[in-house]
Amino acid sequence: MKKTGAQIVVDALVQEGVKIVFGYPGGTVIPIFDVLYDTKELTLVLTRHEQGAAHAADGYARATGEVGVCLATSGPGALNIMTGIATAYLDSIPMVAITGQVASPLLGTDAFQEADVVGVSRSITKHNFLVKDVKDLPLVFKKAFHIARTGRPGPVLIDVPIDISRSILENYEYPAEISIRSYKPTFDGHPKQIEKAAAMIAAAKKPLIFGGGGVIAAGAHEELKWLAETTNIPVTLSMMGLGAFPGDHPLFIGMPGMHGAKCANRVFQECDLIVSVGARFDDRVTGFVARFAPNAKVIHIDVDPASVSKIVEVDIPVVGDAKSILTALNKIVKPRAADVWNETVSDYKGAKLFSYQTSDTDIKPQAVIEKLFDLTGGNAVICTEVGQHQMWVAQYFKFLRPRTLVSSGGLGTMGFGLPAAMGAALANPGCPVFDVAGDGSIQMNIQELATIAINKIPVKTVILNNCYLGMVRQWQDLFYGKRYSSTCLRRGIDCTPCTDPRECKKIYTPDFIALAKAYGIEAFRAEKPADVEQVLRDGIAVDGPAVMEFMIAPEENVYPMVPAGKSLDEILEG
Amino acid sequence: MGAHKTHTISILTENHSGTLSRVSGLFSSRGYNITSLTVAETEDPTVSRMTIVVSGDESILEQIVKQLNKLIDVIKVVDFMDEPIIERELLLIRVDSTKSNRHEIIGTANLFGAGVAAVAAGSVTLELLGAKDRIDDFVMMLKPYGIRETVRSGAVAIAKSRK
Repeated sequence: MKKTGAQIVVDALVQEGVKIVFGYPGGTVIPIFDVLYDTKELTLVLTRHEQGAAHAADGYARATGEVGVCLATSGPGALNIMTGIATAYLDSIPMVAITGQVASPLLGTDAFQEADVVGVSRSITKHNFLVKDVKDLPLVFKKAFHIARTGRPGPVLIDVPIDISRSILENYEYPAEISIRSYKPTFDGHPKQIEKAAAMIAAAKKPLIFGGGGVIAAGAHEELKWLAETTNIPVTLSMMGLGAFPGDHPLFIGMPGMHGAKCANRVFQECDLIVSVGARFDDRVTGFVARFAPNAKVIHIDVDPASVSKIVEVDIPVVGDAKSILTALNKIVKPRAADVWNETVSDYKGAKLFSYQTSDTDIKPQAVIEKLFDLTGGNAVICTEVGQHQMWVAQYFKFLRPRTLVSSGGLGTMGFGLPAAMGAALANPGCPVFDVAGDGSIQMNIQELATIAINKIPVKTVILNNCYLGMVRQWQDLFYGKRYSSTCLRRGIDCTPCTDPRECKKIYTPDFIALAKAYGIEAFRAEKPADVEQVLRDGIAVDGPAVMEFMIAPEENVYPMVPAGKSLDEILEG
Repeated sequence: MGAHKTHTISILTENHSGTLSRVSGLFSSRGYNITSLTVAETEDPTVSRMTIVVSGDESILEQIVKQLNKLIDVIKVVDFMDEPIIERELLLIRVDSTKSNRHEIIGTANLFGAGVAAVAAGSVTLELLGAKDRIDDFVMMLKPYGIRETVRSGAVAIAKSRK
C-alpha cells in the first residue's frame, strides 16, 4: 500500500494498539498532525505544554501497563519532553516519544528549531532512533514498541525529519513480527537459581520480602501475595512498589527508607534474608549502604542483570520476568508457619505504621490523606507531584491494588502529577483520579488545568498548601540551621527576615481557587480541620474536574526520617 | 571502592551511526576516560568491532560491562579479564635525525623489529607493530634523539584460542 511517512507514523500507532496520543504541534510535525486530523482510531489530546504531554503519556502507561505515546515538534518541543522522558526512564515506564526533526539535508546546520535530539536523549532513553529513510519507518516503529514494552520497560524516542514524513513509500506494510539479534531480554528465570532461592528461603529464620516497581511492571502481584501468605514472610514495598501488595494486609510492614516506616527499616536491619523482587536498592531505600541489612543474605529477582549487585552484594541472582520467576518459585517453595519472627515484626509494627500529632487548630496534611483514603475506600488512582505531600501520600494512603499510585520515584520530578493524572484518568474512565500536590509542585505544570477543563477530564486536584517548598524547607530546618533560602513562596522583595510564618500577613500568590475558576474548574478551600471532610466531599461530588486546597500546618515535617547518608537505624522522629 | 585494573573490552555492535556515542557515553557519564578505542567493520559488514582499553575501579567497570550488554545495538561484549589474549597496537613515530645518527636510530628500530616508513632531511619516521609495553619501550629508547610526533592506533585484541 502506498503511504506517506506521516501516514505510516499514524498507522504504526494504530497497529500497535495505541488509543491516545498526547501531543503539541509545531512546524516539523504538521504532516503527522494533518494525518491525525481525521484518524478515527486515535484520540489526540492537545496539552498546553510538551512536558505535560510526556508526563500524561507516562501517567497513562503507569495506570495501564500499556505503552504511553507523546508527540512533539523539533527543537524546543523535543527538548520540553526530555524531563518527561527521563522521568519514565528512571521508573522503567514503557513510552514511545515521537519528535519532529528538521529536514534531513539540514541536519547539523543549526537550522530553525533544530536540536540534536537523539544526542540529547541518548542517556535518558532505553533506545532512540533517527529515521533517515522512509523505508525504515515501519521497522523502526515495530522495534520501538517492542523495546519499550519488553524486558525492563523504558522510553524509546523516534526522531522523524519532516522530509521523511512527506516522503512516499510505495509498498508499505507494517511488520507482523520482530526479532532483534542484539536484544533478547531474559524472561524465564534459571531453574537452578530458583531452586537455590527456595532452599535459602526454607533455611532463613528471619526472612523479609522486598517488592518494587518490577512486581507491578510484570503483573506479578498475585504471585507475590501467594508467596507471602504461603511462607508468612513480612512484606515491605519501595515507593514504586506500593500497591503490589495490599497496604492493609497483616503481613505488610510499610515502605522502607528515608521516610519509610520505622518497622520496615528495623526489619531490614535485623532480617537474615531479603527476597527482593523487582526492586533496585535505591539510595532512598538503603540509606548508608555499608550498614544496610548487615545480617541479610540477598535473593535478587530482577529482569535487568545490570541491577544485580549494583548497590548491594547479591547471594542468589535470578534474572528474568518477576511473574514467571515467582510462578516457578511458588511451585517449590516450602510453606512456613508464622513463628517468633512474625511476632517480633508484629511488635515493631504496633497498631499503626505511621503516626502524627493530631491538631484541633491546624489542618494536618496526614489527616487529609487519611480522610481521602476513607472517603474513596482506596478505590482511586492517586497521582502525586514531588515533595512532602508525596511522602505523606506514600505513608498514609493504603494502596490496595497495583497501578493505583502514580508518582515520580527515581527522578523526583515536580510538575509530574497533574499531567500524569490526565493520562491516568483518560486510561481509567469511571475511576476517581486524584493529583495530590504541594503548592510549589502544582505550579510547575499548572497550565494543564486548561487541558483538563476543556476536555472535561475528571481529575481531582488536592493541593496541600503550606506556602513553602516544604521538603527543601524541611532539610533547611534540620540540616542548614533553619536558613530558609528561597523556600517561602510568600516571600517578596519587601520582606524582612521573619521567624513565625503564622504572623505573616502576605497574601499567597496565586489564589488557587480563583485560578481554578479562571480555567472553568470548580474549586474549594479548607482553612481549618473542620472543613477537611466537607471540602473533599464537595470536590469528589463534582461531575468533572475539581480543585481542593487545604491550608495545612505550614511547618509540618515528614517523619520518620533517615537523613541522607545515614543508616536505616539512625531515625529522626520529629 | 575496589582495586584499579586495566581492562581490554571487545564489543561487537550493529554497524550504524550513533552506536559509538552510545558506547562511549557509558564511560563518560561515569567520569571514565577511555585509554584507547578502535573501531572497524568485521567479516560481516553489518557488524563493527570496538576494542576499548580502560582502567578504573573494578566494580564500576563491571557495572559498565553490564550496561554495555544492555545497549540495544550491542551484540556481544567480551571483557578479556581472565583469558590470555593477543594484543597489538600500531605506532608511527617521527624522530629528529641527522646524517650522523641515522644509522644508530635505524639500528634501534631493527632491534625492535620496527620498520622505516619514511626518511627525510632532518627526520626519520618509523613504524612498529606490537604489544603496548613493547611500544612504550621503543618510544623511550627513541626519546634521546628528539621525538617530533607519535601516532598510536590504540590496541586491538583477540583471544589466544577459541573458547
